Amino acid sequence: MSGQTLYDKLWARHVVHEEADGTVLLYIDRHLVHEVTSPQAFEGLKLAGRAPWRIDSVVATADHNTPTDHWERGILDPISRLQVETLDANIKEFGARAYFPFRDPRQGIVHVIGPEQGATLPGMTVVCGDSHTSTHGAFGALAHGIGTSEVEHVLATQCLVAKKSKNMLVRVDGELPAGVTAKDMALAVIGRIGTAGGTGYAIEFGGAAVRALSMEGRMTLCNLAIEAGARSGMVAVDQTTIDYLKGRPLAPAGADWARAVDDWRTLVSDADAAFDATVVLDAAEIVPQVTWGTSPEMVCGVDGQVPDPARETDPTRREGLERALHYMGLAPYTPIGEIAVDKVFIGSCTNSRIEDLRAAAAVARGRKKADSVRQVLVVPGSGLVKAQAEAEGLHRIFLDAGFEWREPGCSMCLAMNADRLEPGERCAATSNRNFEGRQGQGGRTHLVSPAMAAAAAVTGHFVDIRTF
Amino acid sequence: MRAFTTLDGLVCPLDRANVDTDAIIPKQFLKSIKRAGFGPNLFDEWRYLDHGEPGMDNSRRPLNRDFVLNMPRFQGAEILLARENFGCGSSREHAPWALEDYGFRAVIAPSFADIFFNNCYKNGLLPIVLSASAVDRLFVECATHLDYRLAVDLDKQTVSTPSGLHYHFDITAHRKHCLLNGLDEIGLTLRHADKIRAFEATIAAERPWLR
Repeated sequence: MSGQTLYDKLWARHVVHEEADGTVLLYIDRHLVHEVTSPQAFEGLKLAGRAPWRIDSVVATADHNTPTDHWERGILDPISRLQVETLDANIKEFGARAYFPFRDPRQGIVHVIGPEQGATLPGMTVVCGDSHTSTHGAFGALAHGIGTSEVEHVLATQCLVAKKSKNMLVRVDGELPAGVTAKDMALAVIGRIGTAGGTGYAIEFGGAAVRALSMEGRMTLCNLAIEAGARSGMVAVDQTTIDYLKGRPLAPAGADWARAVDDWRTLVSDADAAFDATVVLDAAEIVPQVTWGTSPEMVCGVDGQVPDPARETDPTRREGLERALHYMGLAPYTPIGEIAVDKVFIGSCTNSRIEDLRAAAAVARGRKKADSVRQVLVVPGSGLVKAQAEAEGLHRIFLDAGFEWREPGCSMCLAMNADRLEPGERCAATSNRNFEGRQGQGGRTHLVSPAMAAAAAVTGHFVDIRTF
Repeated sequence: MRAFTTLDGLVCPLDRANVDTDAIIPKQFLKSIKRAGFGPNLFDEWRYLDHGEPGMDNSRRPLNRDFVLNMPRFQGAEILLARENFGCGSSREHAPWALEDYGFRAVIAPSFADIFFNNCYKNGLLPIVLSASAVDRLFVECATHLDYRLAVDLDKQTVSTPSGLHYHFDITAHRKHCLLNGLDEIGLTLRHADKIRAFEATIAAERPWLR
């Protein structure tokens, strides 16, 4: 009998009950909550007269609707304000292990503050009403997004009704070249297997290039597992994981710390574990990636060009390509380096951590925003990331370059607040989705790494960061 | 939850792959704190010619007459026929809420994104996976027949065409039971409350740092 994968181990640790058809009650250790997908769940709980099962599993924040400037004015949009106030009221009524409301110095994007606070630990099941919950798998946790009915189900029962996924290993061998990041690695994987390539799978990212990533890089990689169709992505625990967690506010301390570390070190796939699918990439061959279409799989290297739909033989795919190029306002065979941008967005749960801001600042240092670029938004992932960046003087570099230095939140990744693209505007974005209308109706999104976004901001078009 | 047993419904074809939940219900409508009322904004950016915001009178907005949902022959449709990877992207349950609120009871596609697929079952909306070739055939039949209807029988797990073809689809026993009976899943889970408490007691001893 072959050994267990990391996913097998995490799954087995959390099975409370199993039915004959394989449907499982899976215990949930950490429930992250934000304002958009929770109001109907709390309302459902109240209407049914149910109490939360274990409210100290909940860590909550407001991030999607919050403005990123002029916090002294509060939230101007009354509908957004009501949603954030509804979360305030629900947490006040039901409680939480920790709550970081709008304007709290530790407030931020839920997938940034969870790890930052030590609320995400190896061996946990972590859920949130948000698809990018896969981020937390970077810690050797089983983490995935859920819908609002499931948010209510977890609040009421501390369990999810679940079916086990298949195991996929994405192994990235070798060493990433200078200037090539976890973001490029993730986009290269999505380009290879497609946005549905991971559907039905839990992906474990392994190989030397993944082991060499910082926790920030691993979070970026796991964050994008959902864009490959996999609800959860994960990386095995190693010293990098343990070093990151030590001393975090919600991480274990004292005698518990040593016990926990001993346990966490077992959270790796066994050497003889069997995967249902394996994908292998050579890190040395990955170049900085730029998406050119309206799905994250529509991606190529910065040295590439926009493809020609006429060369696609499958009619549904060809129509999809034609529609994407029409929406993006791009002609076949356009070199990526000739695509000019109107706006740049550096932020989101994918790329707003301190390492991301350092990478962007390293490019922006001593340079100026191109005149043709209307706006460059730098939105830190949390209040603590913002404070750290300011302690390092990164905000000065951004401001001197003509970039805007904002308050933390989801911001222009999904444009639920006032930060958005106007119709036809083209944006280099460090976020995770280039769907039609994602950053604002009619907006055109190109997904890139933070350094690539900063380089586009100062030149006005995409450039190869390796030779910049 | 509304029970699902059988359905004889008009079919509306949406011939695009990778339809994401941002397209199904754009983000500005997620500011609502209610579960109902998303139907008029289903596929908002494709369905209307102007920019939609919450609170607008949708009946006065200019319609995109080229979009299938606006075509007279598809009015009253209860079955959405779609392409692969339907419902990808954001986990927003507002997507199945919008489809259900509009009047759809079932979505047929060659594949669905995992989170969307799961969310459908919580709302009495049946996602049906058929083979790519079967879906191709349904698209052709739908294009060439006015008032094209399909019959869905959840108990038998079949989709039947007017021409007499029967396609079988898979569903887990648990989901089928919940849908057929319109069951409250939380109530079902709470029948195992003792097991959940016993599990918690074990974990509290073995891995106390998890609390």
